[in-house]
Amino acid sequence: MANLLEVRSLKKYFPIKRGLFSRAVGQVKAVDGVSFEVRAGETLGLVGESGCGKTTLGRCIVRAYQPTAGEILFGGEGSDKGVTDLARLSGVELRPFRRQIQMIFQDPFGSLNPRMTLLQLIGEPLKVNGVKDGNVIKERVAALLSVVGLRSETMTRYPHAFSGGQRQRIGIARALALNPRLIVCDEPVSALDVSVQAQILNLLGDLQSEFGLTYLFIAHDLSVVEHICDRVAVMYVGKIVEMTETARLYRKPRHPYTEALLSAVPKPDPRRRAAPLVLEGEVADPADPPAGCAFHPRCPYVIERCRSESPALHPNAGGHWVACHRAAELDLQGAN
Amino acid sequence: MPKDQVANPPSEESPLEVVSPQRLMWWKFRRHKPAVFSGILLLLAYVGSVFAGFFAPYDPLSRGRNLYMPPNPPRIIDSEGKLRAPFVYGMTMSRDLNTLRPIYTVNTDEIYPLHFLVRGDEYKIGLHGVPLNALRPLHIRLDVRLFGAAGAPVNFFGTDQLGRDLYSRLIYGAQISLSIGLASVFLSLALGLILGGISGLYGGWVDSLIQRVIEAIIAIPSIPLWMGLAAAIPRDWDPVQQYFAILIVLSLISWTSTARVARGRFLAVREQDFVMAARLYGCSQWRIITRHLIPSIMSYVIVNITLAVPRIILAETALSFLGIGLNPPTISWGVLLQAAQDNLVVHFYPWMWIGPALCVIVAVLAFNFVGDGARDAADPFAS
Amino acid sequence: MTAYVIRRFLQMIVIMLIVSIVAFIVIQLPPGDFVDAYVTTISGGETFTQETIDALRAQFGLDEPFLIQYVKWISNVLRGNYGVSFQHQRTVADLLGERLPLTLAITLPTAVLVYLIAIPIGIYSALNQYSLLDYLFSFVGFIGLAIPNFLFAIILLYIGSQYFDANVAGLFSPEYELAPWSFGKFLDLLSNLWIPVIVVGTAGTAGTIRVMRGMMLDEMRQPYVETARAKGLSEARLIFKYPVRVAISPVLSTIGFVLPALISGTAIVAIVLNLPTTGPLLLNALLAQDMLLAGSMILFLSLLTVIGTFVSDLLLIWADPRIQFE
Repeated sequence: MANLLEVRSLKKYFPIKRGLFSRAVGQVKAVDGVSFEVRAGETLGLVGESGCGKTTLGRCIVRAYQPTAGEILFGGEGSDKGVTDLARLSGVELRPFRRQIQMIFQDPFGSLNPRMTLLQLIGEPLKVNGVKDGNVIKERVAALLSVVGLRSETMTRYPHAFSGGQRQRIGIARALALNPRLIVCDEPVSALDVSVQAQILNLLGDLQSEFGLTYLFIAHDLSVVEHICDRVAVMYVGKIVEMTETARLYRKPRHPYTEALLSAVPKPDPRRRAAPLVLEGEVADPADPPAGCAFHPRCPYVIERCRSESPALHPNAGGHWVACHRAAELDLQGAN
Repeated sequence: MPKDQVANPPSEESPLEVVSPQRLMWWKFRRHKPAVFSGILLLLAYVGSVFAGFFAPYDPLSRGRNLYMPPNPPRIIDSEGKLRAPFVYGMTMSRDLNTLRPIYTVNTDEIYPLHFLVRGDEYKIGLHGVPLNALRPLHIRLDVRLFGAAGAPVNFFGTDQLGRDLYSRLIYGAQISLSIGLASVFLSLALGLILGGISGLYGGWVDSLIQRVIEAIIAIPSIPLWMGLAAAIPRDWDPVQQYFAILIVLSLISWTSTARVARGRFLAVREQDFVMAARLYGCSQWRIITRHLIPSIMSYVIVNITLAVPRIILAETALSFLGIGLNPPTISWGVLLQAAQDNLVVHFYPWMWIGPALCVIVAVLAFNFVGDGARDAADPFAS
Repeated sequence: MTAYVIRRFLQMIVIMLIVSIVAFIVIQLPPGDFVDAYVTTISGGETFTQETIDALRAQFGLDEPFLIQYVKWISNVLRGNYGVSFQHQRTVADLLGERLPLTLAITLPTAVLVYLIAIPIGIYSALNQYSLLDYLFSFVGFIGLAIPNFLFAIILLYIGSQYFDANVAGLFSPEYELAPWSFGKFLDLLSNLWIPVIVVGTAGTAGTIRVMRGMMLDEMRQPYVETARAKGLSEARLIFKYPVRVAISPVLSTIGFVLPALISGTAIVAIVLNLPTTGPLLLNALLAQDMLLAGSMILFLSLLTVIGTFVSDLLLIWADPRIQFE
C-alpha cells in the first residue's frame, strides 16, 4: 500500500465547561473535519499559526487524544486487512500500534523526565515492550545514541546536563528505540536556536533514509518545512486550506493564507525581498469561528460569497488541493 | 536496569561527571546554612534519643532523694577560680519554714568529679519510652552511661516533685516527641498521597467527593477537632495504645494538606510531555504513576513533610499539656509540660517547664529551618 | 459571577453537611455517652440504680440509634434550636451568649492588630532586606512561629509574676470578676485584654510578616517594577501602586478565616490564662460528652470558617482580576 496513513474527516472538539454544574456550553472545534493521507516514506508538512489545531491533530494521530469523529486508517503491521482504524481502538487494543507511531516533542525540556538518565530514558520504551536483558538494553541505547550523534558514554548522565539541541537528539533517540514506521514531529525545532535547527533537520533527513521512516512534520511557519517536506498541508482554524507538493506550493500558492505565510519566509537574496504581506487581526477563535470561510476577516481578496459560504477542499487537475472560492481566478505570489 | 548506573562516580574512561538531581538538590540545600545546622542538630537529637540510656545519667522514672531541686550544672571552674576536670557541687537542702518549700544551696565544699563511661542503672536501647513489645528483641541490655558521679546530685536541669532527673527525662521525652511527629507525618503522607493521587489522577466525581471531604475537614478548626478526637481516646488505655491513638489522631487531620499538594502536583505533572511520551511508548498506567509521577512530586512531598513535622510536634505538646494526649508514665515534652498546669510550679519551680519548653521551641525552629532549606532546594530544574 | 456565587453557595451547604456528620461522629466517638460520663465523674459519688440510668438516658434521648439522634439534632439546629447542655442544665444558646462576646473581645482586636502590625513590617523588611531591623523581625518571627500559644502564655505568666509582680491571668481583676457590667469593669477588661491579645496574635503576626515579605521580594524582582522605575515614578508611589497591591493578595485571602482560626487558637490559651471564653467550655463539653453543646460549638466555628473562606475568595477576585471563576 502506498499510503501508510489515511485520515478521513477527523474531528476533535473540546467542550467548554462553564456555569453551575460544569455544563458544556460550547465546543472548541480544534480539528474540524480534516482528511489527508501520508504516503509511506514521505514527509508531510502540516503548517499553520498557533491555535490552528495542528498539534491537536498530531496528538489525535498518535492517539494521545480520543478523536470526536472520523477515521485514522493506519497501514502498519498488526492488522488482518492491512488497514486499521486507530480512532476506534482503545487501551489494550492500541498497544501493538503504539510502538509503530512515535512522537518527537516541541519542548526539549518538558519532554524528558529530569529524574532519569539517558539510559533509563531511552531504555524504558524497550523495557516496557519486552526487552528484559539489561545488557541488551544498554547496547541498544548506545547504538541509538551514536545514531543521533551523541557519545554513548553519556548514557549515565541526566538531561539537565545537555543543551536544547542535544536534548532534542535524546528525544529522537527515544522515538527511534522501538523502530517505528511513522513519527509525528511536533515542531521539533521551533524551540531551538537557528544554528541548531539545521543540524536537527539534517539529522531527521538522514534518519529517514537510513530507517525508511515516514514523518508527519508539524511546523508553524513555512521556512523550515521547505527543506524537509515532500508535501505540505496548510491548516487554518481546524481545517486544511491547501495541500500539495512542497515545490509547487512555494512556486504557486493557490490560497491567500498560504501566500501570506510564504511572504513571511526570509529570502537570502536581498534583491528579491519584497515587503511581506501583513495579515490584519488575529487567528479566528476556534470556539466561535466566523461564518463562511474562516479566513475571510483577514483575507485581502475577500468577496461577498466568502462571508456566507464555507469553501470545500477540492483538487485541481494537477492534484493541488485548495479550499478557496476564488482559487481559480487569483494569481498569487509564490516564494520565488 | 542496574541501579549502580545512577550513582556512577566519574570513572577513568568517562571524563564526564555525572550529577544526579539528588546531588543538585543537596548542593542547593547546603548553601542554606541555618538549614544545614538545624539538620545536623535534628540528626543528633534523633540519634541521641535512640541511645537515650547512654546519654542520660539516670533512669527517667527512678526517684531521687532531692525533690524540686534547681539545676545543678556541670562546672570546670571552682569557687576559687581554678580550672579542673568537670565536676558538680553538692547541694544542701533546707526548708522555708513559712511555705515549707525546699530551698537548695550550692555546697562548694563538696566536689564530685564527673566520671565518664561509668556503670549506672541498666537501660535499653530503642524506644524505651514506648514499651513496644515488638521492639523488645532489639533491645540490648546495657549499663554503661556517658557520665555519672556516684552519690552526687548529677541533675543538670534539676529534679521534679518526685526527685526524678529532668535532664534524663528530657532525653527520654525526645524519643516520643520527635518520633510521633515523624511517624504521624508518614502516616498522613501515605493517606494524603493515596487519596490526593486518586483525586488528581482519576478526576470526575471521585475527585469532587475527595475534595469536598478535604474542605470539610479543613473547615473544622483543627484545635477543636484535635481536642474532640483526642478526648475520644479512653483514659485507661495503656501507653502504647495511647501513643498509637494520638499518632492516628494527628495524622487524620494533617493528611488533608498533603493530599492537596499531591493532587495539585499530580495534575501539573500529568500534563507534562514526558508523561505523554511514556504513554505513547506503551507504559502501563501503574508504571507511569510509580516511575514518572511519584518521583516527580517527591521533592514537594519532602518539603511538605519537613514543614508538617513541627506542626505535629506542637499539636502533641498542646494535647498532652491539656491532659488529653499522652499521659504518664509515658514521657514526652508535652507530658513534662503538664507540670506547668500547676501555678506553684510555674512560679517557684520554673526549671520543671522551661527545659521541655526550650526543647519544643528548638525542635520546631530546627524543623522550620530545614523545611525552608528543603523548599529552596526542592526543584533544581526550576530556574 | 452570579453562577459562581450560587455554585460556591451550594458547595458550602454540602461542606457544612459533611462537617455536621464528622462533628457528630467525633463527639460520639468516645466509648459510652454523657450518662456514663455523668455517673462516673460529674455526679460525685452518688450511686445510681439501673432504672435511674435508663431514665436519664431516655430523658436525653441517648437510647435512640445514632442516625435518629443525628437527624433530630440537625433538624433542631436548622430551626435555630440548639438544645440544652446536659452538663450545665442550660440552653446552649444561653451559654454561648455569655461566652462569645468575651471571645470576640479578644479575637477581633487581635485580628485587626495582626494586619496593622504585620503588613507594614512585611513591606519594610522586604524593602530593607538584610538590614538590621529585617534580621530582627525575621528572628522574632521565627521564634513567634515556634512558640506554641499556650507556652507563650505560661512564659508571660512567669515573667509577670517574677519581674512585675503582676498576675496576668484572667480577664478581670478580682474585684470586678463577679460584678455586673459597669464602665469601671469595662476599663478593667481593657487593661487586662492586652495579654491574651499578644499571646494569641503573635503567631499570626509572625506568619503574616513572612508571607508579606516573601511576596514583596518576589514582586520587587518583576520586570514591571523596573519599567515603572524607568519611567520615573517616585519610589514610594511605585511601591504602593504596584508590588504592594499584588503582594497583599495572599494576605487578603486569609482575612476571611483569621477570625475562626483565632477563636479556636484562643481555646488552649484560655485554659492556661483562665479566661472565661468559649475554649474551656468546649474542652469540658468534649470531655463530658455534652453532645449538644460541643456539637453546636464545632458547627458554629466551622460555619465561620466556611463563610470566611468564601468571603476571602470574593475579596481575592475583587483584588486580582486575573483569577477566573473556576
